[in-house]
Amino acid sequence: MKGYSTFSLIRNALGGHRFWKPVWRTPEPKDSYDVVIIGAGGQGLATAYYLARKYGIKNIAVLEKGFIGGGNTGRNTQVTRSNYFWPQSSAFFDHSLKLYETLSLDLNFNVMLSQRGVLNLVHSHHEFEGLRRWANAIRINGVDTDIVTAAEVKEIVPLINMNSRFPVHGGSIQRRGGISRHDAVVWAYARAADAHGVDIIQQCEVMEFAISNGKVTGVETTLGKISANQVSIAVAGHTGVLAGKAGFRVPITSMGLQAMVSEPIKPCLDTMLTSPVIHMYVSQSDRGEIVLGGGADVYTSYAQRGGIPLLEENVAALLELIPAFSRLRLMRQWSGIVDITPDTTPIMGMTPVQNLYISGGWGTGGYKAIPAGGDTMAYTIANDEPHSLITDFGLDRFERGVLIDEGAASGVSH
Amino acid sequence: MKQPYRIAEGGRIDRSQPLNFVFNGKTYQGYSGDTLASALLANGVRVVNRSFKFHRPRGILSAGVEEPNALLGVDYGRGMLPIVRATLMPLIDGLRAETQGCFPSVNFDFMRVLDYTRPLWPAGFYNKVFKWPSWHVYEWAIRQAAGLGRLPDGTDNARYRHMNAHCDVLIIGTGPAGLAAALKVARAGDDVLVVEQDVEQGGSLLYDSVKIDGQSPDEWRAGAIAELQACDNVRMMLSATVVGYYDHNVLTIHDRSAAYRHENAVETFWRVRAGRVVLATGAIEQPLMFGNNDLPGIMLAGSMHQYASRYAVHCGRRIVGVVNNDLGWHSIVALHDAGVEIAAIIDMRDAVNEQLIDRARQLDIDVHVGAIPICARGSGAVKKLEYRDSSGRDKVVDCDAIAVSGGLNPTVHLYSQAGGKLRYDEELACFRPHECRQQVAIVGAANGEFATADTYNIAPRKRSPAKTNAQWIDFLHDVTASDIELAVRENFLSVEHLKRYTTVGMGVDQGKTSNLNALTLFGELTGRRPGEVGTTTFRPMFMPVTMGAIAGNHLGDFYAPAKLLPAHDWHAARGAVFDDYGGWKRPAYYGDDREECIIRETLLVRESVGLLDASPLGKIEVKGPDAAEFLNRIYVNTVPTLKPGKIRYGLMLDENGVVIDDGVFIRLADEHFLVNTTSGHADRIAAWLEEWHQCEWPDLDLVLSPVTAQWAVLTVAGPKARAVLQSLPGIIDLSTENLPHMSFASGTFDDGSVYRIQRVSFTGEQSYELSVPADRATEFFDRVWQAGEPYGMDLFGAESQMILRLEKGFLHVGADTDGSTNPLDIGFGRIVANKKGDFIGARSLKRAEDQRTDRRQLIGFEITGGEETVFAGAHIVTGNGAGRRSEGFVTSACISPTLGKTIGLGLLEGGQGRKGQTIQLYDDGKVVSAKIVDACFYDPDGERMRG
Amino acid sequence: MLRIPCPHCGTRDEVEFHWHGDAHVIRPGPEVSDAEWSDYLFNQNNPKGLHYERWCHTFGCGQWFNVARDTVTHEIHAVYRMGESPPDIDQ
Repeated sequence: MKGYSTFSLIRNALGGHRFWKPVWRTPEPKDSYDVVIIGAGGQGLATAYYLARKYGIKNIAVLEKGFIGGGNTGRNTQVTRSNYFWPQSSAFFDHSLKLYETLSLDLNFNVMLSQRGVLNLVHSHHEFEGLRRWANAIRINGVDTDIVTAAEVKEIVPLINMNSRFPVHGGSIQRRGGISRHDAVVWAYARAADAHGVDIIQQCEVMEFAISNGKVTGVETTLGKISANQVSIAVAGHTGVLAGKAGFRVPITSMGLQAMVSEPIKPCLDTMLTSPVIHMYVSQSDRGEIVLGGGADVYTSYAQRGGIPLLEENVAALLELIPAFSRLRLMRQWSGIVDITPDTTPIMGMTPVQNLYISGGWGTGGYKAIPAGGDTMAYTIANDEPHSLITDFGLDRFERGVLIDEGAASGVSH
Repeated sequence: MKQPYRIAEGGRIDRSQPLNFVFNGKTYQGYSGDTLASALLANGVRVVNRSFKFHRPRGILSAGVEEPNALLGVDYGRGMLPIVRATLMPLIDGLRAETQGCFPSVNFDFMRVLDYTRPLWPAGFYNKVFKWPSWHVYEWAIRQAAGLGRLPDGTDNARYRHMNAHCDVLIIGTGPAGLAAALKVARAGDDVLVVEQDVEQGGSLLYDSVKIDGQSPDEWRAGAIAELQACDNVRMMLSATVVGYYDHNVLTIHDRSAAYRHENAVETFWRVRAGRVVLATGAIEQPLMFGNNDLPGIMLAGSMHQYASRYAVHCGRRIVGVVNNDLGWHSIVALHDAGVEIAAIIDMRDAVNEQLIDRARQLDIDVHVGAIPICARGSGAVKKLEYRDSSGRDKVVDCDAIAVSGGLNPTVHLYSQAGGKLRYDEELACFRPHECRQQVAIVGAANGEFATADTYNIAPRKRSPAKTNAQWIDFLHDVTASDIELAVRENFLSVEHLKRYTTVGMGVDQGKTSNLNALTLFGELTGRRPGEVGTTTFRPMFMPVTMGAIAGNHLGDFYAPAKLLPAHDWHAARGAVFDDYGGWKRPAYYGDDREECIIRETLLVRESVGLLDASPLGKIEVKGPDAAEFLNRIYVNTVPTLKPGKIRYGLMLDENGVVIDDGVFIRLADEHFLVNTTSGHADRIAAWLEEWHQCEWPDLDLVLSPVTAQWAVLTVAGPKARAVLQSLPGIIDLSTENLPHMSFASGTFDDGSVYRIQRVSFTGEQSYELSVPADRATEFFDRVWQAGEPYGMDLFGAESQMILRLEKGFLHVGADTDGSTNPLDIGFGRIVANKKGDFIGARSLKRAEDQRTDRRQLIGFEITGGEETVFAGAHIVTGNGAGRRSEGFVTSACISPTLGKTIGLGLLEGGQGRKGQTIQLYDDGKVVSAKIVDACFYDPDGERMRG
Repeated sequence: MLRIPCPHCGTRDEVEFHWHGDAHVIRPGPEVSDAEWSDYLFNQNNPKGLHYERWCHTFGCGQWFNVARDTVTHEIHAVYRMGESPPDIDQ
């Protein structure tokens, strides 16, 4: 990808910015495609991009019922990390982080990856043992992580309250972890996919699947019938709804996950900070806002609205850890719909319907998996077999009872 | 002190109460009743801030919540609070305010260089550049430049609290429409809550002179408020902003009525459950777009009117009005009446109501209908306006302020939060409420009933011929018309894309003065009506809320209240060091040096006798004819064969076959059981049992009763345990013959108090758990303590107990098991095989996966010889370097004080078949060897605990 | 914030309640296949729209009951006791 550089910016500035090209086209849907991907979020667009770029498939459509990046990609708290307990999780998410590390240059679009470190806190001797189990696992998995003492935590986050209700005993930090800019990531993939000939069709909702003899042959959409050799579902929050239309059940509960931001202030928090006990994660965006989130609402919801109980809980958790923020004001709260699986590990790969693929169940962790999710799903679609990094993430694991339970193993969820 | 722009008389300020305040180091004076904004304007302060991106000088734009420019640091005793809206900040004596986004001063800012190189920084420029070699090279500078204010220093001395309210009707806003609605429902007898964000009720009545029901606004307002105040069924709040409208008609209010104090400031966050809601939130006047329309001195016409008549402040000496609607005329004529020179009215409409023109001519105001503003000129503040008259000639008019009115836009934020849909009204050129599923009515200007002028006529917004990159749309985020053009050119066609790409409307004002202009222009550029473009959804907060208020007092000890032992103080007096164990504060050990104390306490129990407070032990009574059958479906172990007075150890699984809890259960009588759970799981297991009973097996006849907190439990353990307890007067015969290991008894002491005693051991020593009523815990600790004195008894804490149980190889669920451990993994295969009947999780254990023999299984290990040791959390590995692989991990480990070597438990792949093997333990880069042994390191035959 | 009408206590805030998934799930016996067992164990109805679900008034009467709730609007159409059949909801 080319087109964006300091030189081009200056040249265009001289021309009054009149000559910039569209970042993507607005194509009319064709009658038929080789591959149709449902959902123009990060996962769907990355899949389309890698399919076109690495596997030479040119006749691809991405169908989006709303607008590009309007789902969870545009609503999350932008965390990027790969410190996972299970080897298969670490391998997958570290592949993702590595792709993130060169994404801005690869896609010629600045996604503002800020590897400022992700610091996990522990609050007691016994949690420290759990942390040690987790950190050792991550290191054996070949991913960077450092155990830090309470004093080091204080150095990294000078504003932290060491004597909160659950005193800070120490923590671990993945220094390669951090945050990036969610809109930029999805736009970067959309622009790159479009440049490779992918038709991104917005305002086009899939109503039904065309399935004959257990094999998908296309989709019925609000813009008419579109036939396809292969179809992939990448609709975080609505995976269960789409699976239902395709005739199979999935172990997914859709819940609201809230996030909120403060008014923007000058830099005062240089790390992504999380605590599983004081249940909250927080970072400061490059724009200066304090961005925080916590657990999901505890009932099924397809409403992208915030509520009161978690608002109060998350803010209290933040102030318990960083009391200096008490006089800042909270600017906005919102919510995204997350697909929660029983083991908090995604569901990727094949489905009971032939030529229909799935990438869902991302829970709270889909954003950080966008590059690897796209890369491995592209392989999976191109070869009609799961990529080696995702063989354990298949839907069939539930029937076999082979869960990959990150939370159960380490107390830290995805 | 002089206030050069203060009007000699009138206004709602109290001239008998002058107040001094400081702005950017200089002292000024205002009056009680002023806002910080009106006081600054009264003193002729024009430039109050620098803009976010380009550091352009900015002045006060508005008089209310919509203010995008006058966001200042303000200190009145709570530290320098950032991003305070000067337009809402009541003036307080001694207040200090500062501009936070400038260097070195607000009147001369080096960062203005960004403005002079503006073409280089269009919308989304950061997406296109700063990629090489990586974002990190540039990020620091960008972060330093961002941010509207600074985090205040020092500690926060304000108090915050939560309050709750219920009402039949919640009225939001007390302008004419809100007060009228309040009177109506109050007279009908409903329970009414009336909320106003200003310091007094009235809204536009506080400055507008239009009569209501034939009365002056003052009279009508006073009458309405007096009537409401006299009603018992009406509550009224001031300085309180409704910020969130949630599901099921629950709303939140940020109450600042006690916040503006030098000391003892209080902010309150209310949750209101309202039967019905009436939104009378008014409308916000919109700016107009022309060149340099952001210069200080350019203000909303209605706000200027408000400053003049409510605060007795002129916003300029010679004002030009630029309008596209009738209401603008109304405001400008009011300014004339207040004594300001009106240089001209420039109306962008092609035709204007003749009456308005006649009235203006009578007042000697120069009127230009069908004219278009081109560009404002001036450095630091506006000096002149260039415009094009209806004949197409460009002209210039001198002025020191411009009153703009681009028409009204209803304040529908709360309506939108409630799920209300909006529709674009072509005639009113704004978005109006359409439909909402919640119980909400919207009245007055908020509903597009702009009643101020007889007829509200507005022309569609016309585009100024000025350069588009000098026409500001979002003052707060420095977004210009050219940014919108760029977004369209680059094919960002969704309104959400527009917002995210240009950041228009994403500032702390949530676009209250920018969204409408942005959407209208966006529509024009893409050939759509604003209604087709749509709007973004408004989210809480309507206005940003202090985070302290949202948290309330749920901090510190109230963040997650700890459960305290019934004899907490008794332990504290004996040197207990407390730690958190599953929500309980329990003594970890007694004394100063952690390691030393734990070793001493461990040896004490092994050699003599120790006393432990085991009160948090989970206790659930299960009673009824089907109690045994119920528990048999719960436990992996067989329940019905247990005899009354006997105790059995059991495991509980979840339906997926994973071990979730363990502990003993006791048959108190044929139809009466006591279930012990681990202390951290007591509440969860009680709820879980209830769920199974109520939802799955309601036909089983039994009741469940959690009694954890009813009983204090004193564990006496060690070779002399029996001797100590036997000396308590009235206790039963504790001999092994009468009360063998794993049996239970109850009785009454000599003083008539009841007790329960169970002989079980989590330490491997002779051990009794004595339960007494919790309210008498301290008394019984004293009694047992005295009984133990002759035997050298002392206290032991949770940490030495963990070592004692580890030496015995007793399982600690949650530490030695994880979220995938099934009973087969921890050696319960035979019990599972022998169990008759279904139980929770049984079916899952039949899956091939659960039967695999290479699963992670519980092992014991020891490290003999050398100085080497290992901690829990180490991994059991094969290979090294990049080829290193984890086969499992150490779940518990210690240097055994009793055995003098490192022992531990672990979960290891295929561990059950690997006894005797040597394993490598990896921790933090270091590897040590250990040997797999039986998972019971001490007294494997159990003679000590049975004896 | 949801306001849930407990059939025993009246309407209360959502924080007093716990939600626990689909109502009217039938627990299969131990004889079923792995596939059937896993369907019971893991799969969810998870509808977008009307959902029959179980709630417990944990910090109240402690009773479980059923709720017919819309998962998009969060509107509660009906509450009914354990063991009762789901009412027909006319949406």
